Amino acid sequence: MSPVATSTARPSSTRHQAGPAAHQRRGRPAKHKTDGVAGYVFLSPWLLGLLTITAVPMLMSLYLSFTNYDVLSDWESMEWVGLDNYRTMFTEDPSFWHAVQTTLVFALVATPLKLAAALGVALLLNRPFSGAGLFRGLFYLPSLLGGSVALAIVWVNMFNRDGAFNSFLAWFGIEGKAWVNDPDFALGTLILLAVWQFGAPMVIFLAGLKQVPGELYEAASVDGATPFRKFISITLPMLSPVIFFNLVLETINGFQGFTSAFVLSNGTGGPVDSTLMYTLHLYIKGWNEYQMGYASAMAWVFLLFIGLVTAVVFRTGKFWVHYSDGED
Amino acid sequence: MTLQRLARPLTLVLLSAVVLYPLVWMLGSSFKSQEEVLNNMSILPNTWTPSNYSDGWSNFDVSFGRFFVNSAMVAGLTVVANCVSCLLAAYAFARLKFKLRGFWFAIMIGTLLLPGHVLIVPQFVMFKTFGWVGGDWPYAPLIVPQLLATEAFFVFLMVQFMRGVPRELDEAATIDGCTPYGVFRHVILPLSRPALVSTAIFSFIWTWNDFFRQLVYLSDLEKYTAPVALTLFIDSSGQSSVGPMFAMSVLSLAPVFLFFVAFQRMLVEGINTSGLKG
Repeated sequence: MSPVATSTARPSSTRHQAGPAAHQRRGRPAKHKTDGVAGYVFLSPWLLGLLTITAVPMLMSLYLSFTNYDVLSDWESMEWVGLDNYRTMFTEDPSFWHAVQTTLVFALVATPLKLAAALGVALLLNRPFSGAGLFRGLFYLPSLLGGSVALAIVWVNMFNRDGAFNSFLAWFGIEGKAWVNDPDFALGTLILLAVWQFGAPMVIFLAGLKQVPGELYEAASVDGATPFRKFISITLPMLSPVIFFNLVLETINGFQGFTSAFVLSNGTGGPVDSTLMYTLHLYIKGWNEYQMGYASAMAWVFLLFIGLVTAVVFRTGKFWVHYSDGED
Repeated sequence: MTLQRLARPLTLVLLSAVVLYPLVWMLGSSFKSQEEVLNNMSILPNTWTPSNYSDGWSNFDVSFGRFFVNSAMVAGLTVVANCVSCLLAAYAFARLKFKLRGFWFAIMIGTLLLPGHVLIVPQFVMFKTFGWVGGDWPYAPLIVPQLLATEAFFVFLMVQFMRGVPRELDEAATIDGCTPYGVFRHVILPLSRPALVSTAIFSFIWTWNDFFRQLVYLSDLEKYTAPVALTLFIDSSGQSSVGPMFAMSVLSLAPVFLFFVAFQRMLVEGINTSGLKG
């Protein structure tokens, strides 16, 4: 790490002598030339990172995905197994399909609910009133805390037999159960935890709502539009780029859920694979069962899947995202 | 009419109660005695029992204080690494002209959407081959990637920020004889302070909360960070440790909460200007 720091610092001292003089003599073109070198000097840590931390590992994992590498034994004992990992994944590992299903349900249910909550609350906060800032901060707080192990622990206990949720139900005379141990409900509690963190997209929606020109609403009022009609015909279309942005981001985040599922199931994905998120299955294969080749294959399938989903979202975006002119 | 006017504040207050409930419940439960955790359904304890905190602190062979120190070290180093490396890269993207700039910028944006979990297997294998996994100081795999500006989100945040710094300042400095390095040192660096503060705060919070990578790389109890240590409570989840588990959960959320209180406005505006996740 230290060689990187010095290599970015050193050229600056040597160039100090040549740089300004050359610049004064030849003017602009010379500046661009020094810029060109300087550009790569400043970019060098990032370029090195791109190469060593991103690009090489990506290619390496592609290679590993065709092997039975297990981390524990020597490299020599690694064997090329062709498409075996992929074949096993799709045809012989029922847990893989459970993981796919769990992840899809989680992302496809949690994301729309979270965004709906975010938009709804943003609309409530979108008028200036005393305390608006306080509420905004308060609703944002769960986004900062919610991804942590600590909060997942609290959440799981809240939906356990003796948890707060059941004491709430008891008011209505309903006797609850250990929701987190029930395969039908465990994932639901994790979805609620995700929705609870609606504050981050809410803040982005609020910023978007501020950009909608007030004249549009005034004109609509003159025409006698109802509040609902204004929402459908003005707010939603004007906000569609922000909705799109949040949708892409939250969907990708949703597919990567790990911490809460790990905490709920103590790293197993249970009960009965019902919280086996894709990344949790990958972790189990790689670090509990030492099947790094298999885990690499899973990572590549994941990458292709996320790429596909992103592409589809972008493609459909053309039909419903409305950009007012002048914006990018 | 009055009902309509009251509808919004009422909804907001009710919603705040729902949103805050888990946090208050956690705080209350962390002070409940063994029997109360199981039997007292109300949100606050009848008798406040601070012993959960001392019990939790010394629940394992290694003191919980050690885990917090480890977490703080990883988070602190990550903050410094991200601030330095991402600022350098952002300056190049935002201000300097060089060949293939557009191409590299597109790649950088692409890595924004690249899920970290995809790379964790080969990175682990690579760092293990280097001999960085385990050993006396197993934190290199958690810090070195940050030194190399791999957190593209912060590069992007700083590029966006620098685009708002008037170019005339660069040009004036250049006319006064500054090289690109001089412009960076005397113009961009001092003016980028707000972006650096945002980066520092978000780096700290995300690293403090991060779990997956710390779980993968830390295997020695002595080297555990707070989130990894918290999972030990789940392993041993006899009912007796529920109180201490809550107490340590509260403590591990406290730094993030304090950051939130101190920088609330900045955090909320930070995700606005950069327009990204939370």
